[in-house]
Amino acid sequence: MDVATSASAAIVEAVNISKSFGPVPVLFSVSMDVRPGEVHALIGENGAGKSTLMKILSGFHDPTSGQIRVDGKQVSLPANGGAEKLGIVLIHQELNLAEQMTVEENVFLGREIRRGGFLDKVAMRKSVQTFLDEIGLDIAPTDRISDLTIAQKQMVEIVKAVSRNARILIMDEPTAVLTEEETEVFFRQVEKLKSGGVGIVFVSHKLNEVKAIADRVTILRDGQWIDTRPSQDLTPDTMAQMMVGRELSDLYPPMHEADVDAELVLEVQNLKAQGIDNVSFGLRKGEILGFSGLIGSGRTAVFEAVCGLSPVESGSISLFGRPVSGMSVAEARDAGLAYLTKDRKEKGLLLSKLMRPNLTLFALPKFVKHFAIDRKAEEKALDRAIRRFDVRARDPGITVGKLSGGNQQKLLLAKIMECDPRIVIIDEPTRGIDVGTKQQIYHFIAALAAEGVSVVVISSEMPEIIGICHRVVVMREGHITGVLTGDHINENEIMRYAAGLKREELH
Amino acid sequence: MTMMTASDDAAAKTARRMSVDFKTLGPALALLLLCVIGFLLNPAFVSEGNLTNLLTRSAFIGIIAVGATFVITAGGIDLSVGSMAAAISGVMIIVMNNTVETLGTGVPTVLLGCGLAILLGIGAGWINGALTTKGKIEAFIVTLGTMGIYRSLVTYFADGGTLSLNFDIRGTYRPVYYDSFLGLPFPVWVFIGVAICGWLLLNRTAFGRYCTAIGSNEAVARYSAINVDRVKTLTYIIQGLCVSFATIIYVPRLGSASASTGVLWELEAIAAVIIGGTVLKGGYGRIGGTILGALILTTIGNILNFTDMISNYLNGTMQGLIIIVAVLLQRSDWKFGKSGKS
Repeated sequence: MDVATSASAAIVEAVNISKSFGPVPVLFSVSMDVRPGEVHALIGENGAGKSTLMKILSGFHDPTSGQIRVDGKQVSLPANGGAEKLGIVLIHQELNLAEQMTVEENVFLGREIRRGGFLDKVAMRKSVQTFLDEIGLDIAPTDRISDLTIAQKQMVEIVKAVSRNARILIMDEPTAVLTEEETEVFFRQVEKLKSGGVGIVFVSHKLNEVKAIADRVTILRDGQWIDTRPSQDLTPDTMAQMMVGRELSDLYPPMHEADVDAELVLEVQNLKAQGIDNVSFGLRKGEILGFSGLIGSGRTAVFEAVCGLSPVESGSISLFGRPVSGMSVAEARDAGLAYLTKDRKEKGLLLSKLMRPNLTLFALPKFVKHFAIDRKAEEKALDRAIRRFDVRARDPGITVGKLSGGNQQKLLLAKIMECDPRIVIIDEPTRGIDVGTKQQIYHFIAALAAEGVSVVVISSEMPEIIGICHRVVVMREGHITGVLTGDHINENEIMRYAAGLKREELH
Repeated sequence: MTMMTASDDAAAKTARRMSVDFKTLGPALALLLLCVIGFLLNPAFVSEGNLTNLLTRSAFIGIIAVGATFVITAGGIDLSVGSMAAAISGVMIIVMNNTVETLGTGVPTVLLGCGLAILLGIGAGWINGALTTKGKIEAFIVTLGTMGIYRSLVTYFADGGTLSLNFDIRGTYRPVYYDSFLGLPFPVWVFIGVAICGWLLLNRTAFGRYCTAIGSNEAVARYSAINVDRVKTLTYIIQGLCVSFATIIYVPRLGSASASTGVLWELEAIAAVIIGGTVLKGGYGRIGGTILGALILTTIGNILNFTDMISNYLNGTMQGLIIIVAVLLQRSDWKFGKSGKS
């Protein structure tokens, strides 16, 4: 071990922490410590216990047994964010900002500066501006949160934490929703915080990032502590192996050549809709077509328009050779076209409901017999889906919101597949899920294509686009800038089209 | 953190439904308790006459509340129901009085009035629905507006006074409120019919599932190929239809309509829905609970009539207390049931 880092005393230490939810054990005697000025990555598959450990470290859960020490002294962390007073701040994945309030109001929420009983707006604005300048964030203290991008919101969360003298910042997948550029900006902030002596814990499924930014890495598997090591001793591959506990040889399934003469199942000509213009492309039977580009380049907008989720302004769409226009989502579904959203928590699943109603919601007309819902058929479908997609739930009576991200994603996939679509559009198929589940999803997509289903994969993760797609469409600022096939599908080419350095003349 | 508690709340609810059905049991126990209290205060409370009277009285609010369960489950609210009932009864009376010359005072006139009531209910519901969905105005504001409009219309029709139904038509129409079938008054049969249909619709059909989905998360519903606007509009139409049924059995009771007809019915209906365990912000609805809620509200009034201990003028106070206590109990219920998670 690095002598220099182990010399500096830990700010917060978790010693032999175990945690059970009711009868279900989630963590088994896990230990971890965070030192000032280090980035400590926490990795593991979904359901490995990362979130639980983070919540215990920040006082949102109480450990069933074990100790939490702050500055060497054993403490019982106050619940519900009270640990902030000790300098330990958890930044949730779904950010905790009041959308309708301004940046300044959010940063000072709950500890507003007052003068003579009234809010001292000038002082607060000035202070927030200083923080924003320091972090290099180009927004005004008076901007409303709802007008900011996700990356900016995240920065505001960090500013909020820093302004509260955070010594430990715990972040749950901060980069999951960031573009590569935004991630770089984010990492520069992390470096600054580090040099200021802040200890940072972060969870990520992007192992390259972990390698790049973390000083130490703790690996959890099935609630067990596997190892804590300096990151220079690890490679993304060894990390993945330690997480899964086995060799991960075939992350991507073998590529079956697509039949270039197969019928065109979807043809889009000069599509214009909110945020996109002049988009034309075709999709063949059994093909896996990738849509790459930066976040906000209009990939999602194209398919929301195609699937009837948002209005088409002009252009033509034909489905299985027949022109269609003004389809509703239900009509698109009945025609065999299904869209799987990237936002599974807000648009994909009813988090407060059980798995059964969630599974059948999209294809519900199929389950109606004599005007009533056929519950037996629903139960059967659920059993089938659980087996086919390997959905693992602690018990079948839990609400979908309590499933891990990977299981939610598999359930969402099952929900969409319940209507037996012939064209599936999967938006960010593996956002925020672990390596093992990723592998399952890639194999599933490949199997679908082999059966003759056409799949569109919209993804910001280049390796998966390269790993599974037959053909890749690259978008930039609402336009298609290039279509790549074969050997041209590589990171360099995609990046050049996505960044606007290269552009195909499209007819 | 608010998101978390909200989902935990609903989670605990479903967990509870799986084991012992506390959610159904709560309002049922409350009603039973009220009945015991009523009996102890005055044994006449359980006389057949009083019980049928109680059921008949609950029918109006109960029928309207069944409709309100749909609206609230789908994440909406309808404040206009009381005024709507008044306006529909007003128009019914005017039209029936004016057709005496052509159709006479017999059954055809009454049927015409009832048919008209149903059309008006559906139309008024559609207006509320279309304004909230197509017009994209908050349901609270839309129905606050229509509430004012309908109320002032009935005042205008009655010229500030009372609209009275023609005496002979009243004779024809009277049995609809006062007569019985198999020992139960007709309004109770209508109540039972509406309740059963409502229960089946909410719990057994795709439409009911869609209402719940929309109330839980409208975006998810939209991405799940649900025609959100149509389903929401339909909930308001169901509400309108329920109001017209309630009005049809209400008009023969007094044979008149005035500016004070149906005042505060919207609040009683919403109260019945909430006491029954339906979640006000939508996503979870219970018809059975709603019916118990309506019975509870009527029983309180009835008990106060039977005793001198508390003035009958405090009826509203008692109802208000029951609503608050009911919701408090529902909340502590899930805190109690949940363990381990903070």
